[in-house]
Amino acid sequence: MRIIAALLFFPSAFGQSAAVLSLAGAPPPVQAKIGAAVDAKLPLQLRPGYHVQSNTPTDKYLIPLRLTWNPGPLEPMAVTYPKPQMEKYAFSEMPQSVFSGNFDLITKFKVPPNAIAGPTAITGKLRYQACNDNMCLPPKTMDVSLQVDIAR
Amino acid sequence: MNKPALWIAAGAIAVYLAFASFEEPDRPALKPEGERQSSPDFALKDVSGATVKLSDFRGKVVLLNFWASWCAPCREEIPWFTGFEQEYKDRGFTVLSVAFDERGWTTVTPYAQRAKINYPVLLGGEDLMTLYGGVDALPVTFLIDRNGRIARMHVGAAGKSTYRQEILDLLKAES
Repeated sequence: MRIIAALLFFPSAFGQSAAVLSLAGAPPPVQAKIGAAVDAKLPLQLRPGYHVQSNTPTDKYLIPLRLTWNPGPLEPMAVTYPKPQMEKYAFSEMPQSVFSGNFDLITKFKVPPNAIAGPTAITGKLRYQACNDNMCLPPKTMDVSLQVDIAR
Repeated sequence: MNKPALWIAAGAIAVYLAFASFEEPDRPALKPEGERQSSPDFALKDVSGATVKLSDFRGKVVLLNFWASWCAPCREEIPWFTGFEQEYKDRGFTVLSVAFDERGWTTVTPYAQRAKINYPVLLGGEDLMTLYGGVDALPVTFLIDRNGRIARMHVGAAGKSTYRQEILDLLKAES
């Protein structure tokens, strides 16, 4: 009863809990070749007015953007993040290292020699924490996947 | 312009102005006493393990701040709040803060020490966010009068002078 009363009395602090970071369209399928390395692009878009902490935030308490891949048919070798923007916001005395707008994350994968040729998929997780110029949303983890076509 | 059109235009301007002033986050604007709702009570642990209830502070003006160490705008407000605590604590005022860090005291304790927080810090969870109307972003700050009623809710960071004016208005109204 108390919770219902609270919900009636207080407007939701944010009607913005829907994901502010999402895929900018379907990621292009990865064309991989057994024994070779391949780059895979994950295109992302942020809701206008929002930013996420970069992979190298300016403080240890801030939550970095982090893309990780689950064990699968391809072996992740390195994730390349875009160059962060150093932005100063109304609330901050110091510039923040952030990403905003549309940006891509590139992962270099290695296709092991024992990989099985044919269509498959790899899955991963994208951890991020978004803010606008005067408030922040809690950290979130987004499931991501890429379609892969492995050729001999 | 004909008369009905003028009335419609005037009405639209009035509605715009009403919402513009309501939405302005950085302007002192306490709710009239008769319109204030009671702040839901809660009991949470502080860093020493002691239980602290909001109702323990009944009789004081309380600035209740929801924050997290990963929230940059929240962190900018903390030095203001430590200043208010120092400046107004002898006049029946306190800051009470609730942190919403996933890793709990492991993160909150060192951050609170680094920020030299001089008021109670409690650890909150989803129950409290729901109790306060579905808070899903930070900071959120409530100004609570001596009778435990919410006089103002700030969603997002507000200005230091706005907080100060609202604290002073509450202290003055009820001293």
